[in-house]
Amino acid sequence: MTVDQLDLRPAPGAVSTSRIVLAQTRAELRLMMSNGEQLLLTVIIPLALLVGLSTLSWIDLGTDAGTKRVDVVLPGIIALAVMSTAFTAQAISVGFDRRYGVLKLLGATPLSRTGLLTAKTLAVLIIEAFQIALICGVGAVLGWRPTGSPLTALLLVIAGTAAFSALALAMAGVLRAEATLAAANAVFLFLMVAGGTVIPRDRMPDWLGTFGELLPSGALGNGLRAVMIDGALFPVWSFVVLGVWFLAGALIAARTFRWE
Amino acid sequence: MSLALEVDDLIVDYGSTRAVDGLSLAVEAGTVQAIVGPNGAGKTSTVETCEGYRSPSNGSVQVLGLDPVRDARSLRPKVGVMLQSGGVPSGARVRDALTHLASFYQSPQDPDQLIEVLGLGKVRSPFRRMSGGEQQRLKFAIALIGRPELVFLDEPTAGLDAHGKRIVWDVVEGLKAEGVTVVLTTHSMEEVERLADRVAVVSAGRVIAAGTPAELTATTTPLVDFRTSIAIDQKELQAALPPGSVLLGSEDLQYRVTGDQSAEILAAITTWCAAHSINIVQISTGHRGLEEVFIELTAEPETS
Repeated sequence: MTVDQLDLRPAPGAVSTSRIVLAQTRAELRLMMSNGEQLLLTVIIPLALLVGLSTLSWIDLGTDAGTKRVDVVLPGIIALAVMSTAFTAQAISVGFDRRYGVLKLLGATPLSRTGLLTAKTLAVLIIEAFQIALICGVGAVLGWRPTGSPLTALLLVIAGTAAFSALALAMAGVLRAEATLAAANAVFLFLMVAGGTVIPRDRMPDWLGTFGELLPSGALGNGLRAVMIDGALFPVWSFVVLGVWFLAGALIAARTFRWE
Repeated sequence: MSLALEVDDLIVDYGSTRAVDGLSLAVEAGTVQAIVGPNGAGKTSTVETCEGYRSPSNGSVQVLGLDPVRDARSLRPKVGVMLQSGGVPSGARVRDALTHLASFYQSPQDPDQLIEVLGLGKVRSPFRRMSGGEQQRLKFAIALIGRPELVFLDEPTAGLDAHGKRIVWDVVEGLKAEGVTVVLTTHSMEEVERLADRVAVVSAGRVIAAGTPAELTATTTPLVDFRTSIAIDQKELQAALPPGSVLLGSEDLQYRVTGDQSAEILAAITTWCAAHSINIVQISTGHRGLEEVFIELTAEPETS
């Protein structure tokens, strides 16, 4: 094959918006899956914590004699998984896409900005579905049985995804790519510990518990626990906190986010 | 003749800094337009306004008859863009990146054919670990993947070896033969002379000279360059030259005479050298190259 055999006649034309968005979603998924550090963060760490906290009985979770450890642990692990994907992985991917001019180049293609955000959100939701399926599967092996309203749990996951994605974009908008990488992991750790995502709030000092409840990580963890352990129908406080964080993140992102 | 690109009195401000200051440019469809100029002259700001990345502060830009910002939806599928740096996810591989972008278009280039022609078939590493030349060729392929009517190329051969340059130039010539308009930003005058139908020299945000490469060089005084085997007495030769011509010497037996009557100058040089038994190693006539014209045009004004 040489240059003169190449058909260089112009034949411009884009496929439909939905096909473009799906193609971009596939590309986002492929890039996320091929990134070893992100897999560690989104899959290995949550599963390791699930297995560890459920089986190592010397870690005091404050479980009564009648409660299975895995039942207490699993909702928090789901919150952690949502946070790892919607916040950390998303912030890093957007930060680096911008740093490497990927967002800029995509801006010259038929993929619109809304299309790109839709694709990134779809990719996050698909990965979360995998994470949650995996966590519930491993949980089931450890003796976990689903309780509470799956619909409310799903709504909480969606509200959490919205809040964390908005915060991820806000952070990628304010910080440089390298700083985003470092901060995404540090903030993740902070949110996990201070928000009591994994450790139930009543096992933490009071002041930290109250503070943690105001964090998006705490709100999601507590909300999921309220639904999946205590059978709450609609944990209003969690939805309010997540809603406020979503608005704050979206506002900052809209003001600071640059595509190049 | 229809215009593929029309920039009219464009002004681009960044805060209080004026990057483009009343720049006008018209590119006929199916031609190759080069834009040259020193760094910071406003080339990139102009091109990025044409690509729809920013709005003009004043003036207007029409690309294929459309407004790059307002009509972005209809314009983007028709335009291919090669950015100077980046654009590809650091973990992406050649084939994935091309197949992915190809899937946005109805009848894209075949990624495998592009990969083969551009010699990217053996590249297995992700983008961040590719050599500069490999990255460059991939970005070039990306600009062509949607079979655009108009291509913006920003320094397409920077960092390419001679072979890579040849391939990119051949493809650009092929594009032109098929009626694609090419807008080329470059620092290589060799590239301009080889590819461009017209060239615009941009300095301080304006076009300070424009025309075909031949027009730009033809305005300069003809010259004769020659090299001798031994040093010559420059005063004596100068005296033998036709009036109005000037001899410029250099250290390595290389001399240049500028003047309008090149035939008379040639005759005077050869006669004088013959009379003094000096061998002429090499002699040629011509105009100053585009490179020198460009440097003279864009030189900082003397502060006297």
